[in-house]
Amino acid sequence: MTTDTTPTEKYLEVQRSDEFVALRRRLRNFIFPVTVAFFLWYALYVLLSAYARDFMSVKLFGNINVALVLGVLQFISTFVIAWYYSRFAARQIDPTADKIRADMTAAAAARGSATPATPATPATPATPAAGATPAAPAAAAAPEDDATETDTEAVK
Amino acid sequence: MQSHLYLAAEAAGSTSRTLTITLFLCFVAITLGITIWASRQTKTATDYYAGGRSFSGFQNGMAIGGDYMSAASFLGIAGLIALYGYDGFLYSIGFLVAWLVALLLVAEFLRNSGRYTMADVLAFRMRQRPVRTAASVSTIVVSIFYLIAQMVGAGALVSLLLGITPGTTFLGMDADTAKVATIILVGALMIVYVVVGGMKGTTYVQIVKAFMLMTGALLMTLLVLAHYKFNLSALLGDAAEQSGKGSAFLEPGLRYGVETAGDAAKTFYSKMDLLSLGIALVLGTAGLPHILTRFYTVPTSKIARKSVLWAIGIIGTFYLFTLALGFGAAALVGGKAITAQDKAGNTAAPQLARALGIDYFGGETGGAVLLAIIAAVAFATILAVVAGLTLASSSSVAHDFYASVVKRGQASERDEVRVARISAFVIGAIAIVLSIFAQSLNVAFLVALAFAVAASANLPAILYSLFWKRFNTSGALWAIYGGLISAVVLVFFSPVVSGSPTAMFPNSDWHWFPLNNPGIISIPIGFLCGYIGTVLSKETDVEKYAELEVRSVTGFGAH
Repeated sequence: MTTDTTPTEKYLEVQRSDEFVALRRRLRNFIFPVTVAFFLWYALYVLLSAYARDFMSVKLFGNINVALVLGVLQFISTFVIAWYYSRFAARQIDPTADKIRADMTAAAAARGSATPATPATPATPATPAAGATPAAPAAAAAPEDDATETDTEAVK
Repeated sequence: MQSHLYLAAEAAGSTSRTLTITLFLCFVAITLGITIWASRQTKTATDYYAGGRSFSGFQNGMAIGGDYMSAASFLGIAGLIALYGYDGFLYSIGFLVAWLVALLLVAEFLRNSGRYTMADVLAFRMRQRPVRTAASVSTIVVSIFYLIAQMVGAGALVSLLLGITPGTTFLGMDADTAKVATIILVGALMIVYVVVGGMKGTTYVQIVKAFMLMTGALLMTLLVLAHYKFNLSALLGDAAEQSGKGSAFLEPGLRYGVETAGDAAKTFYSKMDLLSLGIALVLGTAGLPHILTRFYTVPTSKIARKSVLWAIGIIGTFYLFTLALGFGAAALVGGKAITAQDKAGNTAAPQLARALGIDYFGGETGGAVLLAIIAAVAFATILAVVAGLTLASSSSVAHDFYASVVKRGQASERDEVRVARISAFVIGAIAIVLSIFAQSLNVAFLVALAFAVAASANLPAILYSLFWKRFNTSGALWAIYGGLISAVVLVFFSPVVSGSPTAMFPNSDWHWFPLNNPGIISIPIGFLCGYIGTVLSKETDVEKYAELEVRSVTGFGAH
């Protein structure tokens, strides 16, 4: 379990590291403003539907009116934002996140070989490892083992 | 003309009936085969809950689409557009934009830090037992609202297919008995899928269903557009004319935000209802337990992101089809024929299929064939969504409530999966009973209620959990129970349950809440309660938050 091989101080240390702080800032500086933006854009659309009937009913060409065009624009903006986010995450987030994860995995492995970890119980959420204490529920929420981590890496 | 078509269709009814039943049985046979095959590969709890985390981005994207494009999307939205025009399209937009919340704020963090259920993230840095109990309760409530909608769709569909109208019988059953029989049949099948196949079986069922639904909807869209020589404006014009409402049919305001001259209060509430619906739709998705558990079926958060991108593409395309389906039904079937069959419009899409079949594929027989195909698709849709919902809620009962709360983490894996299977039976049974009372409601509308409950009870707690350092056990409990109780209480005292002709109990009246959708009140209550609960308690776990934050962002130690 990670709690065995990755002590709490390690998480605090990583959380305070410049690398992680910068990563988190980059991520939040993207997802929060973009969320606010698309929410306002959507809210504008709903409010116009409720209170700007005359504007929404203006016919642009044939029977296609402003309401329909704005509705379809919501689709387009959703597609564009999804694409833009995935490009951003692949370029700005994934490399750093991968590096931090690799560093932590290496550190955990080093610690794990120094002090043998408890028997790994991959994919067994509620079966506590041998010698578990009554504190097991807390552990059950965040059980870890190197085997799972290695699997995860191997799949990539 | 309409009634002539209708009577002629009745004559072809038996062909349609046999064919639908055959096609549906084929779907059931294939998916049961998949389920049994999947059950042989389901050995561990990870297999049962998370399909072994072995699905690819595209597979899971399809499965998300399968879970998400429910009877509400296919039957409900098409029906609302067919009856009320543009207002039905609001649902399509809200249902789609909502995916950005899931993509940007929830999917990857959840995948990185959780294991099997929504509660894994909510309870990550909290006291386990109270938070998991709360999460389990809200998971079940949301799922049951959603399940009711699907069952109502199934009931509406069967009376159309079997050609049962009030006064006629099928196999000695009248319309109501046949509906109840269908609901029980669907319930029984779903229990088999979930109990036998677990997540792996259910995911494959979703993939097959998503493929069928996309193909069916694409075919109908092309046929509708071809009828108007691919001139969208001509389709809209014809729909508006047939509706008898003229260009108002193409504008917002026939169903939501209705302006009642001389009644300012009524107008105000109607507009508030529109805003409430809009907010519930966009914030609900990222709080739906059966959608959240989908992110666990892939190996990494990057693949979770990819699967959401696929899902957005698939779901968005489908919702564009709903325009053609809804306005096509308005133009080619007509509002009168639709409401004659189902007051809430839930049968518009299959009725459109019959009209298109008559148009393109040699008269009545062609109509019967296309109706049968689309009806089988709709049944598949319902069955798959019902299975997904039942799986998510029974997983939560077993993993969150039984294993962590009752057994304090000491349950064996085998026990946990056994409890999950038993809960699937119980939850299915509750949903069956409740849905018998909700037959008069539109399924998209019912699903919007589930979205409101999810957005009020689950989303505030999830977002606070992931992004607010100070958030604690007390805050999580306040957020979940505050949002859940306010949403459910407001629905209970709304015109949906009593005091209106289409209410669940039309002959009683205890409503005092004027809106149909509680979101605009209950979602802020959820967020506010989460805040109040948090500041009232001194508890804060800086270390666990560090762990959650590092893991959720980097994917270190992900399962």
